[in-house]
Amino acid sequence: MNTDVYSESPVVHQPAFIDGHSVEIPILKILKQDGSIYDNAVLPEIDQELATKTYKTLAFHRVLDERMVAAQRQGRISFYMAALGEEAASVGGAAGLKDQDMIMAQYREQGALMFRGFSLENFMNQMFSNEKDLGKGRQMPIHYGSNALNYMTISSPLGTQIPQAAGYAYGQKLQGLDAVTICYFGEGAASEGDFHAGLNMAAVHQAPVIFFCRNNGYAISTPSDEQYVGNGIAPRGVGYGIKTLRIDGNDILAVISAVQVAREYAIKEGKPVLIEAMSYRLGAHSTSDDPSGYRTREEEAKWQEHDPILRMKNWMLAQGWWDETQESALLEKLREDVLAAVKVAEKVAKPPVEDLITDVYDQAPPLLQRQFNDLKEHIKKYPDAYPFTAGRIK
Amino acid sequence: MAKINLLQAINSALDTVMAEDDSAVCFGEDVGHFGGVFRATSGLQEKYGKSRCFNTPLVEQGIIGFANGLAAQGSTAIAEIQFADYIFPAFDQIVNESAKFRYRSGNEFNVGKLTIRTPYGGGIAGGLYHSQSPEAYFAHTPGLKIVVPRNPYQAKGLLLASIRDDNPVIFFEPKRLYRASVGEVPDEDYQLPLGKADVVQQGSDITVLAWGAQVEIVEKAVELAEKDGISCEVIDLRTILPWDVETVANSVVKTGRFVISQEAPLTAGFASEIAATIQQECFLHLEAPIARVCGMDTPYPLALEKEYAADHLKIYEAIKNSMTY
Repeated sequence: MNTDVYSESPVVHQPAFIDGHSVEIPILKILKQDGSIYDNAVLPEIDQELATKTYKTLAFHRVLDERMVAAQRQGRISFYMAALGEEAASVGGAAGLKDQDMIMAQYREQGALMFRGFSLENFMNQMFSNEKDLGKGRQMPIHYGSNALNYMTISSPLGTQIPQAAGYAYGQKLQGLDAVTICYFGEGAASEGDFHAGLNMAAVHQAPVIFFCRNNGYAISTPSDEQYVGNGIAPRGVGYGIKTLRIDGNDILAVISAVQVAREYAIKEGKPVLIEAMSYRLGAHSTSDDPSGYRTREEEAKWQEHDPILRMKNWMLAQGWWDETQESALLEKLREDVLAAVKVAEKVAKPPVEDLITDVYDQAPPLLQRQFNDLKEHIKKYPDAYPFTAGRIK
Repeated sequence: MAKINLLQAINSALDTVMAEDDSAVCFGEDVGHFGGVFRATSGLQEKYGKSRCFNTPLVEQGIIGFANGLAAQGSTAIAEIQFADYIFPAFDQIVNESAKFRYRSGNEFNVGKLTIRTPYGGGIAGGLYHSQSPEAYFAHTPGLKIVVPRNPYQAKGLLLASIRDDNPVIFFEPKRLYRASVGEVPDEDYQLPLGKADVVQQGSDITVLAWGAQVEIVEKAVELAEKDGISCEVIDLRTILPWDVETVANSVVKTGRFVISQEAPLTAGFASEIAATIQQECFLHLEAPIARVCGMDTPYPLALEKEYAADHLKIYEAIKNSMTY
């Protein structure tokens, strides 16, 4: 039992409230928009190889997003979610981790998966829900997942991954692994009960999880000032007794530094960390959304000046690790590759009808097997109505 | 072999698993040193340490969220929800996460190592928030298994099978029988099959089916009926999801009459699902309409619990009505 809070608290004799905004949270900034470094800033551990890989991933991310939003507009895929303007959060996060660390993302963190090496074909197969999709064509586009790359399959319900990350990390620690879990979510999802449940569970049970909040200003159309009235998400970490850090989410070096330091702490102390990355969702929530209905062009223009990819490019140029020739060659190749991959993936067949019943359980129970047999007979009777599967019924 | 009660049987199963599997972890509200409010986890923290048997904060969605993550990581996660009445804050984690983890990832990930234990059911003066039988809510969710034992022997064998089964399982424990039900239970490890009903008693005139604590009530009713010369076949369904259509249908084909009894309210209870399937399977063999003897369509009462419950007399009446239809 711990009642020290009573014996150690300073005593007052008139009611004196602690102000809801009294916790001051500094913000970590390392890299300026022009590519120079702030005075006294400490750089993360990053060499030319890591920097180049990180930058190329950012470039790939933006090209893929641009092309797939266009592909959705053309009706080639049903749905897409871009991460325009906040790519540094996911790519930098993965760059600060080790490959054995689990990534449990919300949905706008495809950059972390790109960094881990998920192939362009894998991205395409998922978005076209074809028979080569690792997820067997069961989830809407961008719900990626890869066991081999330690990237947990995305789940649409918001915030459910937060308490799960606490449990996952607890298991890693219990088995003595040199591994942590990073858990991404937005400032909107931080209103869900699962956020509070997850942070408290991780704090109490000392799970080595890095909670990474992407505070991008909007939950679909709801601005963050209608989501909460406190000083962002960071003070909540303090409230749960969790080490907390706020960073400039558009500063890739700040992201990498924060995650590297958080990882070291989580492993060494076996405890969670909360990072709040301040950013801005420059694009729409998804291809089903139109931000012109709820915010101004002026507001967007202001944030375009903080482009995280351009900021890293400026630093790379200043380092002498990158030049404009490499830049245009890379972008041209990426655009060609993406277009070619779209053309291939959209021609791949839909998953076989058997995948309707696999993976519900480890083995289909008899009643489900019977339903499936009935379905096959039905499809055989009306093959024209089920063109994707009728020709392949065994 | 020793005579033990249902709680001790649960404790023995947990002890067996924790001894053989270093990754097995038991947790929930008051589950640690105290051993749970019913003492099902008694002694486990002392034996296996605080990191493998512990109290959690009071947050059901957190307990099951944590359990989902732990199971996905590859650990054997055994979570306790203190009363089934309080499982609903975790409904999203169970229905949208546990149940769909394998399917939605194309088997890249799964939570097959998850077992949720929770005491359910009435007859203990628990009123509306310590008496519910919420199995039907979960039975509507493909991907879950739902298991309910009726006595200590069944409890140990079914819990061991549930924990080792490679699918998420909700294990509903009949809390009215925790101490009331005592029976011979082997000390050694054994498992009883999931998805298989148990024919408790053979008979030829009518089939009477129940699960969990309701099996004992059915047996009482059957005793009365047999005095009237009615030969009853008694079936314990044991697994609600996926349920054993074949055993039940075979019995009803033989007897031609069928009574199902559940503690939960009548409307949209699992008895309704069984009735619909069995009338389809056995239509030409039925001599009388299938009868459901259930709780009433009200919240669970307190002072009027006796009147509300699907007791042995109501089941006895249903058996007689079926015989004279």
